Amino acid sequence: MERLEIHDLSALFSVLKQDGYQIIGPTVRESAIVCERIQSVDELPAGVTDIQRPASYRLAERHDNALFGHRLGPQSWKRYLYPPRLQLFQAARTEKGITISPPTNGGAGDLPKYAFVGVRPCELSAIGIQDMVFARGTYVDPHYSAVRARIIVIAVNCTDPGETCFCASMKTGPQTESGYDLALTEVISAGSHLFVAQSGSDVGKELLARLKAAPASAEEIQRAEDLLDRASEKMGRSVDTYRLPELLHANIDHPQWDELDERCLSCGNCTQVCPTCFCSTVEDVTNLDGTEAGRWRKWDSCFTLEFSYIHGGCVRATTKSRYRQWMTHKLASWVDQFGTFGCVGCGRCITWCPVGIDITEEARAIRAQSTLLSTSSKGEM
Amino acid sequence: MHVSITSQTMLPHQYRVQRVRQETPDTFTLELHPMSEASAIRFVPGQFNMLYLFGVGEIPISISGDPRKSPTLVHTTRAVGTVTKAMRGLRKGDILGVRGPYGSHWPIASGVGRDIVIIAGGIGLAPLRPTLYSIVADRDKYGRVILLYGSRTPIDILYRRELESWRSRFDLEIYVTVDRALKSWRGDVGVVTHLISKAPFDKQNCLAMICGPEVMMRFAVMELLKRGVPDDRIYISMERNMKCAIGLCGHCQFGSLFVCKDGPVFPYPGVKDLLSKWEI
Repeated sequence: MERLEIHDLSALFSVLKQDGYQIIGPTVRESAIVCERIQSVDELPAGVTDIQRPASYRLAERHDNALFGHRLGPQSWKRYLYPPRLQLFQAARTEKGITISPPTNGGAGDLPKYAFVGVRPCELSAIGIQDMVFARGTYVDPHYSAVRARIIVIAVNCTDPGETCFCASMKTGPQTESGYDLALTEVISAGSHLFVAQSGSDVGKELLARLKAAPASAEEIQRAEDLLDRASEKMGRSVDTYRLPELLHANIDHPQWDELDERCLSCGNCTQVCPTCFCSTVEDVTNLDGTEAGRWRKWDSCFTLEFSYIHGGCVRATTKSRYRQWMTHKLASWVDQFGTFGCVGCGRCITWCPVGIDITEEARAIRAQSTLLSTSSKGEM
Repeated sequence: MHVSITSQTMLPHQYRVQRVRQETPDTFTLELHPMSEASAIRFVPGQFNMLYLFGVGEIPISISGDPRKSPTLVHTTRAVGTVTKAMRGLRKGDILGVRGPYGSHWPIASGVGRDIVIIAGGIGLAPLRPTLYSIVADRDKYGRVILLYGSRTPIDILYRRELESWRSRFDLEIYVTVDRALKSWRGDVGVVTHLISKAPFDKQNCLAMICGPEVMMRFAVMELLKRGVPDDRIYISMERNMKCAIGLCGHCQFGSLFVCKDGPVFPYPGVKDLLSKWEI
């Protein structure tokens, strides 16, 4: 493992830019930490953290100058790999008939090369989950796969998880295990501020070599490990995953869903902030004289009434059925479909729910009032 | 199976309308021909296509024509939504976008040597018609072939002439019932599930294929099970909202299943638990 200081991080930014990467990283915008294009280390949220609770998100000052001392903001990296709006094709009506062609701006030459800096372990797991959805199935989303193949991931392990975090119980954090090019652990102590760096790919190894990074000392590595060991204990929430898919499938008629019907506003915020939600709809647009038409894919939410509309009505007309669909998908049917949970424990849906519905509490309530699997042993699925 | 797709996957192929036929007051059939040989679609009975109308939208519609008449595609639709209502205005020579075929199919091969029981409600007959074409073309391979069809009223009977001509054959048994009718109707009145007890078929050795409104399929299955048909000999075709047809948009989820790629045709045991629940 190597050690990087702040100036090495600046050098890393320069190297990435030289190689043609757009650097996307955390930065403060409008009282929130967002994932945006940044140019320098100065734009990282130094000394900023956030306090998150159900339905509450506030930035706060830290007592140190940590660059990654914050938790997750409302946005995930998803918007870069799976854009909220993407053109599928364009069509034109001519005298001879109609033509349908791929969007002109979708060529490989136009595809961005992103360097994601500051990807949290849970977020990296979320990318892995979306890989299963978009890139590993019978059908593949070509846009996702193409952008995905070109990214560099600089992960940053979590030493200071928040109140709405539960990645430890979903086994996606607080330390990343794979899928990164470089993984950093920020270590701050009196008089020193450095990152212990671990490469996870040839690209990562080469980056460290180009930065001429010095090896980290045994003491520095130990300090990073201690921080990560303590991180799990700081986590505010947990989900008992013991036979969780089976539990939810068996509780389609659980009274808790009726209870949720009273609270959930069906606003869809949880689906918009979720790093794994992948549902989309399409939109057809035409110009005023009707000679040109375009078809666009847009993020959608299973909380809308139209989502399940077929002739004769909506399949999921009640709010309770929509919340049940979403939560059962995340924690049960996703496992049947893709072999993993659709939840990484990032906690965003808890923070950004306007009425503070907490998926971990709902899962607990269902387990508690279920005749099936009411006793659990932790650590098994 | 890994079918890698390029950006072409969401691109419809151009098909020309060869014929538009008004079937009933609110249903019509489009006969389509590919504008280039490369975009010809070969399908298996039970599959569907996505039909795109320029600037209006795209919808999943089952294929209701004869698979041996490829590359001509036949689609029967009810004019109920924005896209289908606009499609009703199509005329011979107009162009439509088509991509497909998608989804699972009726297990006709597993019906060889068995009695075939086809149960359809309303426009649910459309995705089942290709099975009748295939079975009639290979009639010797099957035992009794029975169609039980229910429609709302006599004027809503789909493919009426074809049903009449099939009914005139000695080797097909076609039963038709309507929900309501005027006194002039001499046929059966009542729900299609009532026909099940009348139809003669070998309950132990049959293949039952059902398509219609979900509630009708539930009751049809119950009736078949009551008769003693093993549940794994029963297949149903589901309908859900679909935007992509390739398992990526999430709309058609039915429990853990994607109706577009795991269905639309499902063996009954695979959906049994879901069918009995509301709003899944």
